Amino acid sequence: MAKTERVIAAPPINPETKPFWDAAARGKLLIKKCLACGELHYYPRANCPFCFSDRTQWQETSGRGTIYSYSVMRRAPVPYAIAYVTLAEGVTLMTNIVDCDLDAIRIGQKVELVLKPSNGGPPVPMFTVR
Amino acid sequence: MTIKGKAYIAGAFEHPTRHAPDKSLAQLHAEVAKGALEDAGLTKADVDGYFCAGDAPGLGPLSMIDYMGLKVRHMDTTETGGSSYTIHVAHAAQAIAAGKCSVALITLAGRPRAEGMATGTAPRSYGAASPDVAFEAPYAPVITNMYGMCAMRHMYQYGTTSEQLASIKVAASHHAQHNPHALLREVVTVEDVVQSPMIADPLHRLDCCVISDGGGALIVVAPEVARSLKRPMVKLLGAGEAAKTPMAGKVDLTYSGALWSGPRAFAEAGVAPADIKYASIYDSFTITVLITLEDLGFCDRGKGGRFVADGNLISGVGKLPFNTDGGGLCNNHPGNRGSMTKVIEAVRQLRGEAHPKVQVKNCDLALAHGTGGSLGTRHASATLILERE
Repeated sequence: MAKTERVIAAPPINPETKPFWDAAARGKLLIKKCLACGELHYYPRANCPFCFSDRTQWQETSGRGTIYSYSVMRRAPVPYAIAYVTLAEGVTLMTNIVDCDLDAIRIGQKVELVLKPSNGGPPVPMFTVR
Repeated sequence: MTIKGKAYIAGAFEHPTRHAPDKSLAQLHAEVAKGALEDAGLTKADVDGYFCAGDAPGLGPLSMIDYMGLKVRHMDTTETGGSSYTIHVAHAAQAIAAGKCSVALITLAGRPRAEGMATGTAPRSYGAASPDVAFEAPYAPVITNMYGMCAMRHMYQYGTTSEQLASIKVAASHHAQHNPHALLREVVTVEDVVQSPMIADPLHRLDCCVISDGGGALIVVAPEVARSLKRPMVKLLGAGEAAKTPMAGKVDLTYSGALWSGPRAFAEAGVAPADIKYASIYDSFTITVLITLEDLGFCDRGKGGRFVADGNLISGVGKLPFNTDGGGLCNNHPGNRGSMTKVIEAVRQLRGEAHPKVQVKNCDLALAHGTGGSLGTRHASATLILERE
């Protein structure tokens, strides 16, 4: 029988990104907001990649979004869907679409946050079709 | 300050091997260096500048300088993956224009096939300190599914089809049939491509480039050196480079850094896309070619699918002959890095040394474009415009 669970690589954590993973452990997806220019960004950085201010703040997201693009990886022990999802907040991030029929995934579908355990690390934010 | 007319490509050599289990990586670098020097009519003692990228073994350029016994006064190890060598040509011209060297050697070699590397389907790591890794690696991005996402979005936004993408592979295969060194010499049809196994939606196996060992080298020289040699004069007219990223969440997969590198190169050269007689376009995947053609202005945004259909890229048939050696899609993608062979085939075309079946008539102006890294995340694009003098 084929393997049915993909092993999810544990994200390396550093002091700059620890709050993100602590929040993920609580079921939350955080992005960063710059207090100087007002832009939201992802992946999170201490310094705003738009205006370079160091006045960046963590912001909790709605966990809702839309599939911008995706690709189902067929040549893998367990096929999986990689995607870019545009959050309701307007920021687009890389993720996996899980817990659904991979053949039914489409660009434009509405998705919501789920946290999936990683291999020896914190849970990782992923999305499922709403 | 411009590099227009400040440097010439005097030597170009593509290693004939596509599978090198019997050779070391350093040996391949030296073999291509030797081949390019012989092609130019120069010797190792003439080399005073050395350029290599991350494929070279050892610390930066030092191990290869030591191994080959070079004495240089200029070195550069700009590393942008597969586009490194198009960038090196431009940087060599800059160094030559500044008087820092007069004979620059650029080498590439690799043996992913001998090492059994799953180039397109296995995750790669650039180390835990790379700031993007924690936010990407858990999702298992590999080369093919990242380019797959670009293709998927292009199809969604512009109605591009798998059949249109397939016609790019078909064109490459028409050229590869005449190249005795090409890994895939069989002419394929659109049906062959779309019926080959799906790797990562919507990219089939035949939408992907080959995995090959080998390498290539170039010799970039000052004008006075070029004039002293007995080779056709291939002049660098213009160059542009650009890096494109996910832009901290403002992701747009429908274009590449070529949208910026192309205009820079055309402006420096003082020519337009319509003037180009032959184009070497980086072809890690069929979608890489399609997006690059739109970005460089060979067709309108979103119209790449229509442009590549009906043999438009086939030499002697279409408007824009491309990758007449068979490209990465059919001929060679040494070390998983394809821009070296892009420049080499452009040089062959400008010299009139391409295979007679694919040689473009009166080919006096050519473009070579490299894409390194991942189109789906961060990559460097580099465009060169070359003229036969």
